[in-house]
Amino acid sequence: MEIPYTIHPRPDTGVYNAKLGVWLFLASEVMLFGALFSSYVLLRIGSDSWPHGYSILDWKIATFNTVVLISSSVTMVMSWASLMLKDFKKYKLYMGLTILCAFIFLAVKAFEYNTKFGHHLYPSTNTFLAIYFTITGLHGLHVIGGIFVNSYLWGPGSKMWKTQPERFTNRVEVAGLYWHFVDLVWIFLFPVLYLL
Amino acid sequence: MDASSPEAIKKQVRSYIVVFVALMGLTIVTVAVSTFHLSVAAAVIIALAVAIVKASLVAGVFMHLISEKKLIYATLALTAIFFIVLMILPTSHQLDPIVQ
Repeated sequence: MEIPYTIHPRPDTGVYNAKLGVWLFLASEVMLFGALFSSYVLLRIGSDSWPHGYSILDWKIATFNTVVLISSSVTMVMSWASLMLKDFKKYKLYMGLTILCAFIFLAVKAFEYNTKFGHHLYPSTNTFLAIYFTITGLHGLHVIGGIFVNSYLWGPGSKMWKTQPERFTNRVEVAGLYWHFVDLVWIFLFPVLYLL
Repeated sequence: MDASSPEAIKKQVRSYIVVFVALMGLTIVTVAVSTFHLSVAAAVIIALAVAIVKASLVAGVFMHLISEKKLIYATLALTAIFFIVLMILPTSHQLDPIVQ
């Protein structure tokens, strides 16, 4: 059986099914990260003292990662725009760059974690590090998830471009929605954890 | 002009570049403000205000929320309400007269 409304909008919702599905998924993601941000606020206002993020964490490396993730968001949306302009080669280039940025982000994060462990700073060390590792760890898992999805769309999944170009373009658009959300979470994480 | 026409997409691409530059500029602002060593309250307000502007640019332009369908707006409005409740919960004890 064919999956309905993969290309054209469903008359009652006004959007194709995958788009509504991904937005509903992102709504649940907002609550997931929202619960962790809420926990952060509770822990911070409930503690007698709270360290400045920049006194424990490396804000310079995090600024670099912010630039990397924002750049990946731009290349992601450019990959979708390339498909809309029927330029498959550019799509491959921009999607490839998005995946590369994701790997750079993870490599920097791994380096950061490794440095912390080297200084015997673990999630069990104090409340700040506990919430830091929990939120950035969960965010990192989302980056890994994005790498899987984007790599599939860059590699084997891109065969669909030859048979169903509009459906493939929609797939890239909704993968982009997810990827931009991952960027969006980091936009808040960066100042909250590293700079305040 | 049809939103999916090549001209419209090329116009969108230009807006993506503008937003990219704005996001980079706002990242510099975020870092620069943190070096001023303001009071915690002022630093939090400024950092969150800049983050909200950046998030709005990403959601509005990259995620195409500027021109989305009503159902998506309704879904996000409901999400926003629950998110606000989540953010108020940790501070709600201060509204409790017994604690006061």
